[in-house]
Amino acid sequence: MRQYFSLGFLLALVVLVQLITQWTDTAFYLTQLTMSAYYSLLIIGLCTIMGYAGQISLGHAGFFAIGGYLSAGLTTHNLAPFADNAFASMLNKAGLLVASQDLYGDPLLTLHPWAACFIAVSTALLIALALGGPVLKLKGHYLAMATLGFGIIIYRIAMATPYFGEADGLSGVPSFTLLPGVTVSGDFGARTSNYYIAWGAVLIGMLLLTNLVNSRMGRALRAIHGSEEAAQAMGVDTARAKLLTFVLSAGYAALAGVLLTHYNGSIGPSEAGIMKSVRYVAIVAIGGMAHLWGALIMGTLLNFMSLRGLFGSYDDAVFGCILIVIMLFAPEGILRLHLWQRFKKDKAKT
Amino acid sequence: MNPDLFFQYLLAGVTYGFLYAIVAIGFNIIYNTTGIINFAQGEFVMLGGMFAISLNNVLPLPLAIAAAVALTMIIGALLEVIFIRWLKSPSVLRMIIITIGLSIIIRELALHFWGETVYSLPYFIGNELSTITILGAKVSPQVLWVIGVSTIMVTALSLFFRFTSIGQQMRACSSNRLAAQLCGINAKNMVTFSFMLSAGIGALAGCVISPITYTQYDIGPGLAIKGFTVAILGGLGNSMAAVIAGLLLGLIESFSITVIPLAFQEAVSISILLLILFVRPHGLFGRSETASLKEF
Repeated sequence: MRQYFSLGFLLALVVLVQLITQWTDTAFYLTQLTMSAYYSLLIIGLCTIMGYAGQISLGHAGFFAIGGYLSAGLTTHNLAPFADNAFASMLNKAGLLVASQDLYGDPLLTLHPWAACFIAVSTALLIALALGGPVLKLKGHYLAMATLGFGIIIYRIAMATPYFGEADGLSGVPSFTLLPGVTVSGDFGARTSNYYIAWGAVLIGMLLLTNLVNSRMGRALRAIHGSEEAAQAMGVDTARAKLLTFVLSAGYAALAGVLLTHYNGSIGPSEAGIMKSVRYVAIVAIGGMAHLWGALIMGTLLNFMSLRGLFGSYDDAVFGCILIVIMLFAPEGILRLHLWQRFKKDKAKT
Repeated sequence: MNPDLFFQYLLAGVTYGFLYAIVAIGFNIIYNTTGIINFAQGEFVMLGGMFAISLNNVLPLPLAIAAAVALTMIIGALLEVIFIRWLKSPSVLRMIIITIGLSIIIRELALHFWGETVYSLPYFIGNELSTITILGAKVSPQVLWVIGVSTIMVTALSLFFRFTSIGQQMRACSSNRLAAQLCGINAKNMVTFSFMLSAGIGALAGCVISPITYTQYDIGPGLAIKGFTVAILGGLGNSMAAVIAGLLLGLIESFSITVIPLAFQEAVSISILLLILFVRPHGLFGRSETASLKEF
């Protein structure tokens, strides 16, 4: 019951922030809040595999990039020259292609964003499923290394493939109509509605994950974190539980990638970079590892500050410092410092 | 492929292979005494090169390199004393994150001091045009410097660990820390030594390789990842195996250009390494029994 209360509180806060920005005429903040929401979607997914199941992943930017790049590539590359192709015409008959005109008035035939989104997310899920089997057998440094390697492979592929725009990335990604009237796009007028779409996605994501971590599965994950052998002895199918969580978190990352790419209208190779993965891990750590709400709060806060440019050119340095300070002095996350209780204890002593 | 070209690729692979092996040995030295992987290892290579390049403006080359190595060793020791020495049995995840944080900060500081400019040390002998012909392959004399210095370094290290008192103390700490402490070895100092040592060999490698590969503020992570893969491939903690694994990776990389575009080189080499990791998680030369006894 408690999680529904928290979710209700989050919903109220989301509405409140929107109203405040409207009253104070600072609606420009909503753009960064929307982008932070999508990053937070990835981060809460990562939190389940890293915080709850205790399996570090230094490759989640890779899944984000798979989602973003595939959906961008499929919705921007023109299929018009292949319109006579049997496969393309079959897609067209199925209503999966969208005809439009480019800047010069030439016909443009692209895949429907829904179809692209479906392909992108299911590719990410399949890759996670194939990768997760062997990778999650590894532990500690080996697991960190393997996921890091996966991230680099995706980055290099994005950098080297002409289809994905090489170092320039892809731009001109069309808007994504989720339902009639509900469109993910970076249009100036659609700012408020997009803010609600993004936070709606986060709310649904949180609802699913809070239920997951409070279920039998969540308890199994925490048991794995404590001791994998003990969990196995208690009858937990550890390999299956880890794999399912890994695939789920990859799905969250890919979906975040798809939505953010349609919102920004572009994606570049930096989204797949190692620093991005490290940053996500950092945020989960700062939020307190096995703490979904901590990850969400810290993810939104830090991404928002970073996107607003508060850290200037010291962006990465600030993240590095935060990482070290938190890990040295508060490895349980800042929300778990229990300053108040410590204060009371000190008082009781004197 | 004609034999000349074959030797050309072979020598390029061996040069890079030794570089990776040295980074991997740096990982192994710290891993052996502490059980942690220092993700800032690549930054030592970068710092060594950068210091030498800056000092070379006022000092002759050999002195500049010596000073750069000494400076990097001091930085390595300081990192350990400030950030790691006082932690009580930290978890692996915590140490991974701390050293990643350190690498980010060193990199950002380097960016601040040296900017994004690509620097390089002058060639030790001759210039970029001078070549020596070996078995029909044309190589720069610097390549021989890299191979020579690396071989000497690896030999010296194995002698150091076998025959000197400090080396033996460090090995004692790695095989059983508590027992070593009971014998009166100051285990904490040994950890500081291991950081100094691995910073020093990283810095020296950074100086020797600088004329060929150039030095920029962000070369660290790439090298750290390659070095890490090599260390794991050889079996964590096994320095001689790291040399073989390093050469293997270097050769895979240099010969892969004959079949696939250069832009995919890293993707392919890492895929191959991941496959090896999946099939033999304990490394090519490690034994699965010993690996299963290790904590991490």
